[in-house]
Amino acid sequence: MADDLHKNIPFAIRTYSADLLKGALRKMYLIRKFEEGAEDCYTRGLIHGTMHLSIGQEASAVGICMPLTDTDQITSTHRGHGHCVAKGAEVKRMFAEFFGKETGYCKGRGGSMHIADFSKGNLGANGIVGGGIPIAVGAALSAKRLKTGAVVVCFFGDGANNEGSFHESLNMAAIWKLPVVFVCENNKYGMSVSTERSTAVKSIAERAAAYSMPGVTVDGNDFSAITEASERAVAAARAGEGPSLIESMTYRWRGHSKSDRNRYRTKEEIAEWMAKDPIERFAVVLREHGILGGIEQKSMEEDVNREIAESIEFARNSPDPEVSALTRDVYTGATA
Amino acid sequence: MNIAVREIVPATRELSYAEAIREALDIALATDERVILMGEDIGVYGGAFQVTGDLVHKYGADRVMDTPIAELGGAGVAVGAALTGLRPIYEFQFSDFATLAMEQIVNQAAKIRYMLGGAVSVPLVMRFPAGSGTGAAAQHSQSLEAWFGHVPGLKVVQPSTPYDAKGLLLAALADPDPVMIFEHKLLYKMKGEVPEGYYTVPIGKAAVRREGRDVTIVGSGIMIHKSLEAAGALAKDGIDAEVIDLRSIRPIDRETILASVRKTSRLMCVYEGVKTLGIGAEISAMVAESDAFDFLDAPIVRLGGTESPIPYNPQLEKAAVPQVPAIIAAATGLVRRQM
Repeated sequence: MADDLHKNIPFAIRTYSADLLKGALRKMYLIRKFEEGAEDCYTRGLIHGTMHLSIGQEASAVGICMPLTDTDQITSTHRGHGHCVAKGAEVKRMFAEFFGKETGYCKGRGGSMHIADFSKGNLGANGIVGGGIPIAVGAALSAKRLKTGAVVVCFFGDGANNEGSFHESLNMAAIWKLPVVFVCENNKYGMSVSTERSTAVKSIAERAAAYSMPGVTVDGNDFSAITEASERAVAAARAGEGPSLIESMTYRWRGHSKSDRNRYRTKEEIAEWMAKDPIERFAVVLREHGILGGIEQKSMEEDVNREIAESIEFARNSPDPEVSALTRDVYTGATA
Repeated sequence: MNIAVREIVPATRELSYAEAIREALDIALATDERVILMGEDIGVYGGAFQVTGDLVHKYGADRVMDTPIAELGGAGVAVGAALTGLRPIYEFQFSDFATLAMEQIVNQAAKIRYMLGGAVSVPLVMRFPAGSGTGAAAQHSQSLEAWFGHVPGLKVVQPSTPYDAKGLLLAALADPDPVMIFEHKLLYKMKGEVPEGYYTVPIGKAAVRREGRDVTIVGSGIMIHKSLEAAGALAKDGIDAEVIDLRSIRPIDRETILASVRKTSRLMCVYEGVKTLGIGAEISAMVAESDAFDFLDAPIVRLGGTESPIPYNPQLEKAAVPQVPAIIAAATGLVRRQM
């Protein structure tokens, strides 16, 4: 009886306090609204460049980061806004970076693809597919040698699983038994090419076998399932058991970037995935278990909307960098 | 109180260029727990050029780490380690193999600090055994230092002596930014005076290896030895050449070069990398854009690698990079032109 009861309660509900769970839901809203706000600012011509939105992938970012502390580190990708928020970034400084302002995380030098916050263990997004994977392994090497106790989570997409850096990095993490968790957010397409067309194995988690590490595939839109996989992998890494690979199956509702005309997937497919909205799914679970009330959910959403609006205002009103400081910070000391 | 201050002059002795580098690595490992060496076959094998030698026995395989043959991943691990508290010194077995790792060097190591608005530094040292003359043909003989010199965010040095090899490596390790060290393979066995203990050679400072009045020869690495040999022969012919050893490709010591050109009124650049779009082009332009241009009495001469891969045949291989007779001939032509 007790076992049956146990089975019916999702892992996340059994594991985390109500406050933590509600905090996770709020972060997921924050990611969604951040992305929508960024898209809106872009459409209105307030920000330039391009961006890669993670709408639809919020549960993956937040769920994976649940076991992490500020000492633990992550590396992220071009589709990394969600990872930043999940690892504790302030959205006002993220917006300021999008607006290219001096108050942004990178003082306007990096933009959407390069947000980092070392104080929170966010070692940075990356504009190169697979670029962050060996860096994560290097950070895990530091953690092991310097005995910091930190675990490094390395986010990347399905596109990166065919890069040489992926294979070289997983191999090194395995031979040196480093505390790193590789998280492949499989949203089915590397820009326009489907994993069926690009990848020889059926599931990217299978790749783990080649590097003698555990590999699991989880429903990336199921917050609880993600936290369960992440808790297990992070605990193993922390215990000195070495790396793991988690394949988180999810979907980006928007195109790859602003240039995407959506010619490689159908409206039906997009609609099907939108029906699996990870935020609403998680909210339903919280409501079912009496953790979240309808009014509370509404006020949480409104609170997030207010934070986003204030953050955009902060970004708009922040100063641009001085042109005279163009070559500052190329080097640590005086410009060479 | 009157205490006689006695300057302690460290003992010097002859070491080879490779031994001098090893001594620098030894000092680094002994004095800083954060230092690790990474590279292919740098452990019990001792490195392809026996630079790391027996260091693995002294410091263990955890600090003198043999990596798999995976240059991109290895370089990236070094970047990540440098970002998070370690001080990795990464050895490419041959500088040519760094082409496999360009992504991590050029897109990551060089740019992370800037892209993140100065929030972090990447204290990474990489060593590149480079250059021709070993009969190893086109994929093991290149001089690619100018490629790296073209990337803001990197520093690039090219030691020509055992003294500099040790001092520049220790300077690179003390530097908060990524420093690429190009070591010429033919110099590894060359001997020279090296002080014991810790010292640094400043990055970005050239050395005047021979003073002269008639022509300035600017070079680096092994070309310094060829240029000095040529200068000796030129002296017998009444031509007094000044030889400047760049030591750093980036940053480049503009002032030392311009001051020399103002004095000699003639400039020759001698470098092993391919001539076109190489180090000599930069130095020539630097002079042409400065007031030193007004002092020139003759066109600038560049001697660089030929517009070809490095060939295997020993005569062809020699002909592919500047040699002493060519330096003598070019300098003589340059000076006699105006006489």
